[in-house]
Amino acid sequence: MNFPTGAGTDHCKRMKLLPMELILGEVPWIVVLIILPLTGGMACFLFPTISKSLGLLTSLAVISCVWGLGWQLEEDGAQRYAIGGWGAPLGIDLYADGLSLVMVAVAALVGLGISVYSSSYFRRDKANHFWPLWLFLCGALNALFLSSDIFNLYVTLELLGLTAVALVALADGSEALTSAMRYLLINLMGSLFYLLGVAFLYHSFGSLDIAILAQRVEPSPAVWAAVGLISAGLLLKTALFPMHFWLPAAHASAPAPVSALLSALVVKASFYILLRMWLEIFPIVGISFAQLLGLLGSAAVLWGGIQALRQTRLKLLVAYSTVSQLGYLFLAFPLGMSIAWKGALYMLLSHAVAKAAMFMAAGNILAAGGHDRIADLSSITQRLPLTLTAFSLAGISIMGLPPSGGFIAKWLLLEASIQSGQWWWGAILLLGGLLAAAYVFRVVSHVFTQAEATHEAREVPARMEWTALVLALVVIFLGVFASWPLAMMEIGSPFGGGS
Amino acid sequence: MNWNTALPLMVLGSSLLPGLMIFFLSEEHVVARTSLNLASAILKIVLIGGMFWGMLHGHHYESRLALLPGLDLVLRAGPLSMLFVLLSAGLWLVTTVYAIGYLEESPYRSRFFGFFSLCVTATVGIALAGNLMTFLVFYELLTLCTYPLIVHRGTEVARKAGRTYLIYTIFGGALLLLSSVWLYTLAGTLEFTDRGFLSGLDTSLHPTLILIFALLIAGLGVKAALFPLHGWLPLAMVAPAPVSALLHAVAVVKAGAFGIVRVVYDVYGIEFATDLGLTLPLAILASATIIYGSLRALFQDELKRRLAFSTVSQVSYIVLGIAVAGPVATIGGLIHLVHQGVQKITLFFCAGNLAETLGIHKISEMNGVAWRMPWTMAAFTIGAFGMIGAPPLAGFFSKWYLARGALDAEQDWVILILAGSSILNAAYFLPILYIAWFKKPPDSWPAERSFGRNETSWALLIPTVVTAMMTLALGLLASAPFSLLEWASQIVNRGFAQ
Repeated sequence: MNFPTGAGTDHCKRMKLLPMELILGEVPWIVVLIILPLTGGMACFLFPTISKSLGLLTSLAVISCVWGLGWQLEEDGAQRYAIGGWGAPLGIDLYADGLSLVMVAVAALVGLGISVYSSSYFRRDKANHFWPLWLFLCGALNALFLSSDIFNLYVTLELLGLTAVALVALADGSEALTSAMRYLLINLMGSLFYLLGVAFLYHSFGSLDIAILAQRVEPSPAVWAAVGLISAGLLLKTALFPMHFWLPAAHASAPAPVSALLSALVVKASFYILLRMWLEIFPIVGISFAQLLGLLGSAAVLWGGIQALRQTRLKLLVAYSTVSQLGYLFLAFPLGMSIAWKGALYMLLSHAVAKAAMFMAAGNILAAGGHDRIADLSSITQRLPLTLTAFSLAGISIMGLPPSGGFIAKWLLLEASIQSGQWWWGAILLLGGLLAAAYVFRVVSHVFTQAEATHEAREVPARMEWTALVLALVVIFLGVFASWPLAMMEIGSPFGGGS
Repeated sequence: MNWNTALPLMVLGSSLLPGLMIFFLSEEHVVARTSLNLASAILKIVLIGGMFWGMLHGHHYESRLALLPGLDLVLRAGPLSMLFVLLSAGLWLVTTVYAIGYLEESPYRSRFFGFFSLCVTATVGIALAGNLMTFLVFYELLTLCTYPLIVHRGTEVARKAGRTYLIYTIFGGALLLLSSVWLYTLAGTLEFTDRGFLSGLDTSLHPTLILIFALLIAGLGVKAALFPLHGWLPLAMVAPAPVSALLHAVAVVKAGAFGIVRVVYDVYGIEFATDLGLTLPLAILASATIIYGSLRALFQDELKRRLAFSTVSQVSYIVLGIAVAGPVATIGGLIHLVHQGVQKITLFFCAGNLAETLGIHKISEMNGVAWRMPWTMAAFTIGAFGMIGAPPLAGFFSKWYLARGALDAEQDWVILILAGSSILNAAYFLPILYIAWFKKPPDSWPAERSFGRNETSWALLIPTVVTAMMTLALGLLASAPFSLLEWASQIVNRGFAQ
């Protein structure tokens, strides 16, 4: 493999470039992406009076850094950056390829949406807690997506988990506290399993760097144990059926922007680690484990869908929909070909954006009507046309209908399942889509009643309505301009060559 | 970007952008909304006219956007696309005028007209789609945009009809998605081509291709209301009359029938489909639907419901014409795509006029109504005779070509179906005409509104009369140069080997 180091390559070529491009090319964006939100978080903690502006500014800056990183990757291919110049196996390496780039980009995009939404959502006292935690979480996410070292991944995973738990606990009431507590335990347990697995690997092969492990690893009982432990820990955190039991309560009881970031980003982080390990270190574990993951994924798709249909509260419905949608991601494992990975990644991307929009919409409904009982939605939905439009547009992607990102993802996965002759995964995809249609329209149909308002609705800030709508529009655009994100995924060919 | 690549996009955009703008207009902006609606409908016709003119002069119109590796979103103008796109754009204009009159003073008009425009956008997309994937994208979009129109009134019945519609169409969409992806993995392309792109595939794949064909027909048959997938259509008649017109004549049902034409002609190719033995089962299915729809129509007292079952029956003529698989029968099927649209929209406009003006919903309430509303009932009479197939109206030519085509293709049994269906058509339309013209009117109508000296408002009457005149004109001018008939013959010549 060829790893161009960030600094000092190809000076002759650089000299001819414009100053602007020189800056873009020379700044180690990969590091800035991690440092920036952490610094922002610290600043918010120190200066609570201006934390809102600081938070928004940081989110904007992160977006531009992602753009810089994307530019570098486009020019030079995958990037490896040795922190402090030490390099693996002694020091810590950061690594960015198309897969990391997509993840960082989603986190930045949805992150900006969450920042804008939160700037109107939280009252003063809550906001002081929210902004530092959220920016730390943002930094942890970026660090996680850019680490190339399995211990470093553990550290970021812990930081992510702890900030997420604190954010869940921001909601008032004992119910939120209980679910935060449960969420904490689950997180700790997941990390513990993961750490044990890391210990096995380090003991056997003497390295923590993913690229080095990928070369050294060979079948042995220790590797089997490591794979088992790491997968168990990560699957618990990703809430794959039947380990999803903690997710609906935690995601539904959190404040709306926190629900959005948990469902859109946090569960995806542990999935990303699993995917990365699977692509680099785990290829030796063989087919039967992949089939098991596919099976659990299918069960999640169906079970999540059925549960979502049975819920009486909107936020719980949306949370169970997450359980269902996460199942799709695991269908790529038994298929195991490049288009299947791309499909799963596209699903991840669209689900992140769509689910963030959906939770925000649910938050707006809750804010306007004071409740989120689905049966009594008619009187609220009439007064929030923008919010309901956002919910419906996001719903199109969740159902996998065109034009939306979810449709592209479904097409790719379906193509992979037919091409590999494993049509039953395709059947699950279609069934999941039908279930999703059923639960999305259960909510959307309330828009079209002409019920009279039963009580005075509270105002919802326009910014909250528009953020949900803009995110929902992004997911529609993902269904029309798909070639660009798909090309982005190819950088450094993380999924191997061929079909 | 030049005219040749921009024009198909502009045709699409001419209803998409106004549609999106309408959503943001508040209810009181009647003038702005009405002018936006009419201007976009007229602009669309002008653009399509320009495209048609260019096509006759040898220009090639195509817009492409890369979507997936090897698969593009393609909009392309071809003879078959132009047939459908002109039909929908033309009928959209009259339906818009009608809807403006029909929905006067009713709530949620911005929402209604917004989705109305999106529906037409989707239909135009379906018509211009240059490959199966693009077709699928717009086909699903159409499902999503029609749902709000069907449930527009917000009553329990309307929501139930909407739910049924969704269950049918989303299921059909899933089948269509499955079969499209499957075809793509087998053939590596989905581009619509004259005489199809599948005939070169290995013979060992033929059983799979037959299965995919069945899936495709099931997916498209939902919208085309093929028996036994027609259940949503009669329920959907709770929607306002302009929506019924849209469902039955302009967009939805037509999209299904048009899709079947595309699949048989440009995906499989008519000769290859015949070789695989696919056309005969399709013809039998269409015939069963024709007879079944007519039989059910006989026993409906509610006017719109009778018309709905009549649609079930009539749309299958199009499918039958394709499935008989001879050039002449295909001409019959294609011209019926237009004829059925024009005739059925007239009938639904009339039903709407009766309901809006006099509160009449049932046939048993129509005693002598022709003397109260002579223009409306004259239009109805023309539409009904067209449906029965009386010369010299449009419907006669459809049936004539279908019958001749069946004889040419040596499928004589089709004549029996056509004859039987015409008798049934007469049996369910003539009594309505008899009641309306020859029975004594009652002393008072169920819910009469007065429009001064006119029988009803101009906005309702003019579209009705215009479409009735079109029915006449399509029949009388059938052999004129540049007529529909000539055009359909040209399309057919491209599909059959010389």
